[in-house]
Amino acid sequence: MENVSFSYGKAPTLSKVNLHVDRGDFVGIVGPNGSAKTTLLKLMVGLLKPDEGSIKLFGQSIDDFRDYQRIGYISQNVREFNIMFPATVEEVVGAEINARRSIFSRTKEEDKDRIYEVLQRVEMIDYKKQKVGSLSGGQKQRIFIARALINNPEILFMDEPLVGVDLDSQNKFYSLLDRLKEDYNITIVMVSHDIGVISEKVNRLFCLSNGRVYDHDLTKDIHGANILEDLYGKNVRLLFHKH
Amino acid sequence: MLSYEFMRRSLIMGIMIGIVAPSVGYFLVLRRQSVIGDTLSHVALSGAAFGMLTNSYPIFTAIIFTVIASLGIEGLRKKFKHYAELSLSIILSAGIGLASILISLGNTQGVLSYLFGSLSLVSSEEILLFTLLSVLIIGTIIFLYNKMFYITFDEESAYLAGLSTNRINIFFSILVALTIAISMRIVGVLLISSLMVLPVAASILIAKSFKSGLVYSLLFGVVSVIIGLTLSYYLNLATGGTIVLSALAILLIVIMFQSIKKPKNTF
Repeated sequence: MENVSFSYGKAPTLSKVNLHVDRGDFVGIVGPNGSAKTTLLKLMVGLLKPDEGSIKLFGQSIDDFRDYQRIGYISQNVREFNIMFPATVEEVVGAEINARRSIFSRTKEEDKDRIYEVLQRVEMIDYKKQKVGSLSGGQKQRIFIARALINNPEILFMDEPLVGVDLDSQNKFYSLLDRLKEDYNITIVMVSHDIGVISEKVNRLFCLSNGRVYDHDLTKDIHGANILEDLYGKNVRLLFHKH
Repeated sequence: MLSYEFMRRSLIMGIMIGIVAPSVGYFLVLRRQSVIGDTLSHVALSGAAFGMLTNSYPIFTAIIFTVIASLGIEGLRKKFKHYAELSLSIILSAGIGLASILISLGNTQGVLSYLFGSLSLVSSEEILLFTLLSVLIIGTIIFLYNKMFYITFDEESAYLAGLSTNRINIFFSILVALTIAISMRIVGVLLISSLMVLPVAASILIAKSFKSGLVYSLLFGVVSVIIGLTLSYYLNLATGGTIVLSALAILLIVIMFQSIKKPKNTF
């Protein structure tokens, strides 16, 4: 992302942002409410077009990018998933591969195998016939990761995937991400409001404030420097607990 | 009842509507756009009034008006990106405003039958036209089913998967417009959206999957139309209203059945 500026109205939401993500990175995007975390993520994947500047995915301009199978995306909409929505786990995970086919053609065996394989990877194969709405927050999150993994993406974008997910499920979620990174060297870019937890998990952190982006290669920085003050204002104190 | 030619034709048309309206409504409801049905049906009324005023075929002018309006909604939705529902209110206002002026201009006595629906004489040409349109609508839904499922479930991801979401949305808006135009004869413009919504409401309470939800929706739709048409014939009641109340009765039965089945989990 080079010199990217974006605004919804007259005031710039993001101005002159420069950043890049390397293969294998686990990047966290943090910042206070309204600091354009989601906007930044949507710009990265091409859901929003920048007013100025250029964005490239895998070295290719986002305008010409058609290699959608190389990216996985989990939007905030997924978090607001209506529990009454009548869809099974299998239907949701297979949505993308089925979308390339008409209703007349039967699901190919290899596609079915693929759906079961990603469900196994997120340890949700036993729930394949269940309605997604009947699952817990943590289980739903696994289903949406499975859906995003269906094409074996090289990079996974996630927008606040852990809101409303209990602590135990959060830990399982991070172990799943660790496994994905180990087994497939997948690059992860994740928006989060929980700066404490995510700064311990990622190897890079993009902090957003007033349209600027602070890029930290070493997550240790976040506890020592004045970044928290820049991000959240003057009245921020860091408290370290030993439980 | 079936010894009368007009009743046989009404029943055939009714069954087509009972399949088409909930099928289209299913996607509308799940995308939280069920108000589109109301908006476009008001526009259809102005189209029908225009047809009567100009001595044209009212259904034909209604189709033209609703298709233009549905494209207008898509356009306005982009203009008012952060208040997308405004686009519906704007078109609804335009439709009802235009309809009231056109009706007041005279020569629109038959407009009442389009408001509440009737068992009016349906010609064999109309049957042919409506059958063709129904086949077109259902065919498009079957053809686009998997894509529409993805868009309904998560439009952003569908776009990122390379689906032409804009084009599919426009196609779908046209389907809604056509559905309203063919339903207005029997159900009436004021009640079309109910037939798009009530069978779907009942179906999502019991559906175990997306596909079964669609099947239940059109099953409830067809049953509502058959019961409604039969009752309206024997009891001499308004057709559209009887059909819609039959759909409502089915919904209430499903709700009762649900609360008997799992009384502790209803909330």
